Amino acid sequence: MRIELSPRASVSPIWRAIAPVLAFVTAFLIAGFVIWLMGRSPIAAFQVYVSQPLSDPWALQEILVKATPLALIAIGLSYCFRANLWNIGAEGQYVIGAVVGSWIALKTHGTDAGAWVLPAMLAAGILGGALYGLIPAFLKTRFGVNEILTSLMLVYIAQLVLDYLVRGPWRDPKGFNFPQSVTFDPAATLPPIFDAGRVHYGAVFAAVAVLVTAVVLGRTLFGYRLRLTGDAPRAARFAGFSAKTTTLAVFAISGGLAGLAGISEVAGQIGQLQPSISPGYGFTAITVAYLGRLNPIGILVAALVVSLTFIGGESAQIMLKLPLDLTQAFQGILLLCVLAADALVSNRVRIVSRGGVR
Amino acid sequence: MKEDLSTATRPLVELRGISKRYGDLLANDGIDIAIRPGEIHALLGENGAGKSTLVKIMYGVVEPTAGEILWEGRPVAIASPVQARDLGIGMVFQHFSLFDELTVAENIAVALSDTWTLSAVRAKLGDISRNYGLALEADRAVWTLSAGERQRIEIVRCLLQEPRLLILDEPTSVLTPQEAEHLFVTLDKLSAEGVSILYISHKLEEVRRLCQTATILRAGKVVASIDPRQRSAREIAALMVGAEVGDVRSTAPHVPKGEMLQVNSLSLPADSVHGLALKDIDLVARAGEVVGIAGVAGNGQSELFAALSGERVAASNAAIVIAGRPCGLAGIDARRRLGAAFVPEERLGHAAAPTHSLSENTLISHAAAEVSRSGFILLRAARRFARSIIESFDVRMSGPDPQARKLSGGNLQKFVIGREMIRRPAVLVVDQPTWGVDAGAARLIRQAIVDLATAGSAVIVISQDLDELFEIADRMSVIHQGHLSPLKPISAWTRESVGLEMLGVAGSSHEAAHAH
Repeated sequence: MRIELSPRASVSPIWRAIAPVLAFVTAFLIAGFVIWLMGRSPIAAFQVYVSQPLSDPWALQEILVKATPLALIAIGLSYCFRANLWNIGAEGQYVIGAVVGSWIALKTHGTDAGAWVLPAMLAAGILGGALYGLIPAFLKTRFGVNEILTSLMLVYIAQLVLDYLVRGPWRDPKGFNFPQSVTFDPAATLPPIFDAGRVHYGAVFAAVAVLVTAVVLGRTLFGYRLRLTGDAPRAARFAGFSAKTTTLAVFAISGGLAGLAGISEVAGQIGQLQPSISPGYGFTAITVAYLGRLNPIGILVAALVVSLTFIGGESAQIMLKLPLDLTQAFQGILLLCVLAADALVSNRVRIVSRGGVR
Repeated sequence: MKEDLSTATRPLVELRGISKRYGDLLANDGIDIAIRPGEIHALLGENGAGKSTLVKIMYGVVEPTAGEILWEGRPVAIASPVQARDLGIGMVFQHFSLFDELTVAENIAVALSDTWTLSAVRAKLGDISRNYGLALEADRAVWTLSAGERQRIEIVRCLLQEPRLLILDEPTSVLTPQEAEHLFVTLDKLSAEGVSILYISHKLEEVRRLCQTATILRAGKVVASIDPRQRSAREIAALMVGAEVGDVRSTAPHVPKGEMLQVNSLSLPADSVHGLALKDIDLVARAGEVVGIAGVAGNGQSELFAALSGERVAASNAAIVIAGRPCGLAGIDARRRLGAAFVPEERLGHAAAPTHSLSENTLISHAAAEVSRSGFILLRAARRFARSIIESFDVRMSGPDPQARKLSGGNLQKFVIGREMIRRPAVLVVDQPTWGVDAGAARLIRQAIVDLATAGSAVIVISQDLDELFEIADRMSVIHQGHLSPLKPISAWTRESVGLEMLGVAGSSHEAAHAH
């Protein structure tokens, strides 16, 4: 006996639309079962994870704050993934973006440098992330090195560089030996959109990135170039699109957006450099990109959903004493359910018993 | 010759009401075939008629949805190729499954059961080679062999298992005329010994030369079972297609004018271990003529196409001249802007992206078509462009703008050729224009090529189909091991002289000059 997946002749658009919803429900049922096995009430968990954050204004803002870097990074990754290039190192590009951008903030600290500081920091963040992203791209185009390995290994280098800086040269002398930089001047801080709100201008950058990407991927030759490179590389070469240029371009774009996310997070949310500036946004963004099916609007929705699980997971840890690992497990379950739902919408499952045919 | 004895005997294998359904598609629909011992039985049909599915069912690769198989009158279930071989069915596939780095004997031994030792294989190989005229050196590495020799390995591999039924899928597609003739002698000998042969082909002349019975499939059904020796190739073609197939006509004689494409002693090293180097290629195509490049598969055709199109650039700018402008160092886009157009051999994945719609596939020739402006896609223009190709080249499909992979081979080929031809390029280079295409579409494509040349373009057709080149080319050259023979008018060539060039034994001055 074996199980066969055979492609469906025609795919129903209704099923395609409700598949993510069904995937979501399934993921909740599985997670509920796990929580029940752990001796907690799945209903109470659902309330803590979903209902409460969505009805609490503070938590709603917090969802936007956490969704911002996820969306920015995932949008950048969608350029790579569409072209079938595997940038797994967004976490490192995020960190380097934050470090390079912060360098300007620290250099101008205590001076009356003026309004150019913040734009310069953002530009430096983008540039730093882009250049760091270009390292694996260059190694791939020049020497044929697998970009998955190099981009991933560069994450650890970036994290250790950050660690060295905040413990060494950039440590706040008045910081009681804590590994952190000075707090940025107001001129080097990304302000909140609304007074006394938590949501900073990074959310605007993310929204702009979503809109621009929707136009680029859907309406421009460059967007088509990425799809063609991903779906039919020989046809892309035949169309005159050089694979090398494509590789360098998408790594620069995704690195730049990850760098922007990094500097926005440090300048808008944290206000100083410290060893942990990311709870793994760069890796979670890979999940977000695929939950959103590499579609810009889908990625925006997926970033909000995943951000909700982060907020809910924190409350669940406090209120139900559920481990934080469960949040990561749930994100994994959710991704598997979405991918499975997609596969089932476009394929039919058949159980074949061997030798059953006359 | 043998039918007097075979009519009386009962069939070796008989298929009754075999059907195979894939989703909504009925690939085989109630097929009945009987093959007698010692019979050479042709299975004819266009691409997509259901030949491969039927053969895969007989060889145990695919399970039928309905119907039964009788072996010597006894119902059998063939659940796997191993069972098929145990019954006595051997198969030679169109695409070889050989290990390039191993020797001939090793390649044969790995496919046999554990009871065979390498020395036993070597001994038996000698016997079979002598008996059937299948010359093979046991210790040669496979990568040094020609396609014809590789096919012999596959055949010997089957013969070692003493099959009662040998299935051959398009065996002559990789052979020179001489090698094909050699194969026919072997097959006649096997048939005389009582081995049944199921011969799949679309080359009607060789079927008429070789086979005693032909079963013709169309759209998954048997439409006729005939004696091919009693019918003309034209009648058989009409049965396959379901309609008369016309000839390619040229409306005006081709009068060559200025030189549109020149290739000047172009050499390119191989780009991979088993790739071929191009050696000293000289070629001229003039406006208003069709230049044919004949050759057996794997002699540098795809390398030549890549060099002409600019997918691989030459070492010097002067090596390739299009419309008077040297462009050997320019890429494919620049060459398109000089007025050249290209159609590669592979439709899906090279000429077109399988999962993209036809209008999106027009974007592949964006460098020369009005489908984008300052980096933005003109969706409506792309759709209109696709429509005009579909109408002028009679592309048939379901739905308004389907994915490229949903089209049949012939219709997709008409689309990709149309995409390049519709803008009247000054130079068109096309590799295997009618490969795996149904007869109707092939005629339309050949006619379009001839018409394009009549209208004043220079057309280069790289093809492994000699009949096609004799039909449409004005001048022809043969590619062998990455080198082109001198270009001669088509009337100066005979099948024999082409065959000798294909084998590289024409004693051309180049071979001698390169020897030392």
